[in-house]
Amino acid sequence: MKTIVVVGNGMVGYKFCEKFISRKESKQFRLIVFGEEPRAAYDRVHLSEFFENQDAKALELAPLNWYTENNIELVVNERVTDIHRKSKTITTGSDREYAYDYLVLATGSVPFVPPINGVEKEGVFVYRTIEDLEAMLAYAEKIKSTKSDGKAAILGGGLLGLEAGKAVMDMGLEPHVIEYAPKLMPRQLDARSSNVLQLTLESIGINIHLGKATNRILGNGAVTGMDFGEDDALQVDMLVVSAGIRPRDELGKTCNLEMGTRGGIIVNDKMQTSDPSIYAIGEVALYNQMIYGLVAPGYEMAEVAVNQILEKEVVMQQEIDMSTKLKLIGVDVASFGIPYMPADKGLSIIYENKTKGVYKRINVSHDGKTLLGGIMVGDAEDYSILHQMYLNNIPLPDNAEELIVGARGEGGSPFGSAMDLPDTAVICSCEAVTKGAVCCSVLEDGNETVKAIAKATKATTGCGGCKPMVADLVKESLKTLGKTVKESICEHFDYSRQELFDIVKLRAIEDYDELLDSVGRGHGCEVCKPAVAAIFASIYNETANKQNTIQDTNDRYLANIQRNGTYSVVPRVAGGEITPKQLMAMGRIAQKYDLYTKITGGQRIDMFGAKLHELPLIWEELIKEGFETGQAYGKSLRTVKSCVGSTWCRYGMDESVSFAIEIENRYKGIRSPHKFKGGVSGCIRECAEARGKDFGFIAVEGGWNVYVGGNGGANPKHAILLAEKVDKATAIKYVDRFIMFYIKTALPLQRTAPWLEKLEGGITYLQNVIINDSIGIVDELDYEMQALVDSYKCEWKEAVETPEIRERYTHFVNSDKTDDNIEFVSLREQKMPKEWASRSYES
Amino acid sequence: MITNLNTYETVKLKAAKIWYKAAPVSKFPKNGGACIKYKDKQIAVFNFSREGTWYACQNLCPHKMEMVLSRGMIGEENMEAKVACPLHKNNFSLKTGKHLNGDLDAIATYPVKVVDDFVYIGFSE
Repeated sequence: MKTIVVVGNGMVGYKFCEKFISRKESKQFRLIVFGEEPRAAYDRVHLSEFFENQDAKALELAPLNWYTENNIELVVNERVTDIHRKSKTITTGSDREYAYDYLVLATGSVPFVPPINGVEKEGVFVYRTIEDLEAMLAYAEKIKSTKSDGKAAILGGGLLGLEAGKAVMDMGLEPHVIEYAPKLMPRQLDARSSNVLQLTLESIGINIHLGKATNRILGNGAVTGMDFGEDDALQVDMLVVSAGIRPRDELGKTCNLEMGTRGGIIVNDKMQTSDPSIYAIGEVALYNQMIYGLVAPGYEMAEVAVNQILEKEVVMQQEIDMSTKLKLIGVDVASFGIPYMPADKGLSIIYENKTKGVYKRINVSHDGKTLLGGIMVGDAEDYSILHQMYLNNIPLPDNAEELIVGARGEGGSPFGSAMDLPDTAVICSCEAVTKGAVCCSVLEDGNETVKAIAKATKATTGCGGCKPMVADLVKESLKTLGKTVKESICEHFDYSRQELFDIVKLRAIEDYDELLDSVGRGHGCEVCKPAVAAIFASIYNETANKQNTIQDTNDRYLANIQRNGTYSVVPRVAGGEITPKQLMAMGRIAQKYDLYTKITGGQRIDMFGAKLHELPLIWEELIKEGFETGQAYGKSLRTVKSCVGSTWCRYGMDESVSFAIEIENRYKGIRSPHKFKGGVSGCIRECAEARGKDFGFIAVEGGWNVYVGGNGGANPKHAILLAEKVDKATAIKYVDRFIMFYIKTALPLQRTAPWLEKLEGGITYLQNVIINDSIGIVDELDYEMQALVDSYKCEWKEAVETPEIRERYTHFVNSDKTDDNIEFVSLREQKMPKEWASRSYES
Repeated sequence: MITNLNTYETVKLKAAKIWYKAAPVSKFPKNGGACIKYKDKQIAVFNFSREGTWYACQNLCPHKMEMVLSRGMIGEENMEAKVACPLHKNNFSLKTGKHLNGDLDAIATYPVKVVDDFVYIGFSE
């Protein structure tokens, strides 16, 4: 058995192992890996994420047991100190000796620290390993404990330097990036794109100083500032050096391998050094007189070395693609091919929009036929396809400017489809997966989702930038098989929500078990049960009391479950209008049951901390006072928010409160794929925020403007204008149809905004359907909506008046005791649940 | 408030020494659950009538230590009966107690038998 020793367990060393063990011939080798860091390989590309979550595990490429499972001997915390080429052995820092048949050097690089006077001072760091970051964090804490306005300088405005800038900002220090060149990321960007990037970065609080040469680092013991000469200085408390890399080539030097004049171990296209049994890969290798500081070429070198050791004829390409795309502090930055060039080599098309922080440049050949390269800042959505066009020499369209400014008028993207690329086009450059491989995986191996493709081919598992293209390829490949990506709701039904809706309606199916037995399989789950419950509710307007065990958490007990398993109670306060008498009644009841009260975002009052058995008691009293359920627990109409309107407001154009009450009472109790909310504003000042709702009415001169498809929440979206200046009756009619159409066709848990976004033809199509009756369904929609409105009943009234339903509200079925695990603590004269306990095992 | 994760321990059918008479069958909704009290323990009992089986497990969800599992929806994944916690939809196997969509600790399960329309839960003490 032959032995391979890998020195270095960074990303490239790890990739070598991964590629090697995936080959069946690898069984005949013993593989030993040395890493001098205390942990297994981790993802350095995403190092700055360590600041956001402080979770070293999240960066791990593979857990330690991955090595044992694959028979790889991993030696961490151990440095290889010498190579003895004659005896083919290495020795380590702890004086152990290992023999090798093949040696793979993947020692990577170290940060280059320029020899500036003062770099040895305390508070000067490099940015490379998790340990570096931890040391920086500790030092930043120390600064912050003595002053509130600590500053940190980053020496170097390259890619890593800017990442480090973000990192120190996250630590609570004011970042100052200092670059010697007159522009940022000098290797990737031209001056104008650097300018655009600089503006964006400064707007988020990263200070940039260009064209500065550092003379001296100031400070007595610890760093206190930077001196740029000519009386120009910057006071800082910490310095991070990020001025490029130097290959870690000492091992090669001491055993007399052939070296580059400025460092790096020289390799040929087989990744062999001057000693044929020693390979060098990654940032330590000098190939074509270049050191490649990117992940993709490093991975490719690993692939070549694996093949060479297994005696396969795979060699490194002559020209290495240095294209990159990354998200830098939330800003897209990409460059590919030749990013900038003088006019005699090619011509450029440039789009710059400083108001949006966007810059795009493509370089084309003089005859306008070939794409030579480009730069994108602020918007790199089209990077993958442009990069592919460049790599595959795809002829440019006549109006090449459309590639960066978008096609004018209607009709298709200027790129065509990802399917137009040749099979050899590399889609995932990190893992070198071609378009052919992706499509073949779909068509021949039956991998029909991006997730399955990722597992089978590893595409998308590196930087993830190729995900949209892979998704397109999956979809298009499935189309050629006559399949579409089916949105079946879960493993128990092969139907989409819309199909199930039609099945329930046409076959007049009335309960969940019947539906499961007739068109489903198995016994259901927490995904299909509530989805089907909502369908029954939309068709028969049955309350959640009828089939209570298929209802989602909150619907089952008609209340919102809270952190400690207690519930909150929200009566309907239509339009936010409430009488003093009702307010007092609510106050009395809340006090009696010791409930925490708070005004909600939907202009009503929420009462928290009710135990399960108290819910019917509370509701009995509320109903006696004239309240009814507010359905705050349901996927149904929540509230219709209103401003005070023309009744009081001196600007009001119409009575928004009256309208809001009318409309809230119209749609109350209607259950839908997701919750929906409304708003009515009395004038265009829009105090009710109606455009942030699923439907909204705004009074204007001569009628109401109707908006649909807005929401707040995680992805805020403004509602879109459906109709202008219509009278109230027409406005209601349009929204009736909109809601009914949405209820019938949306996916489970899809709100109106994403539904409208996915609707083919968008708002124009919607207008045609519900205003112009283009598909002849408005009579049906009107009828169905009116049936829902007419059959409303308060489900809490039903619950308190029906003994069998009321019986469900008990914590134990064999005892009258209540849950003794619930504990409250006091908060501003009210109560709140006790903090979630830290869990542990006790012996 | 309970903070100790091993308050509840699985009882295998063979190890059941005490069969506690919990409540009549009618107290447990079809294809749903209810909670019973045994000494100072809270046990979630599920009447999986589609399968024709009964399951019992701790009522305590080990994620946030709340007594809520009996109020969760039950169902099945690859024919393995499971309950979904009503708070954050963590799924636990009702057969083995294993956490199916993450790596929380398994929950404790208990044997159930039904005699003369009464539900009995098996305990070791």
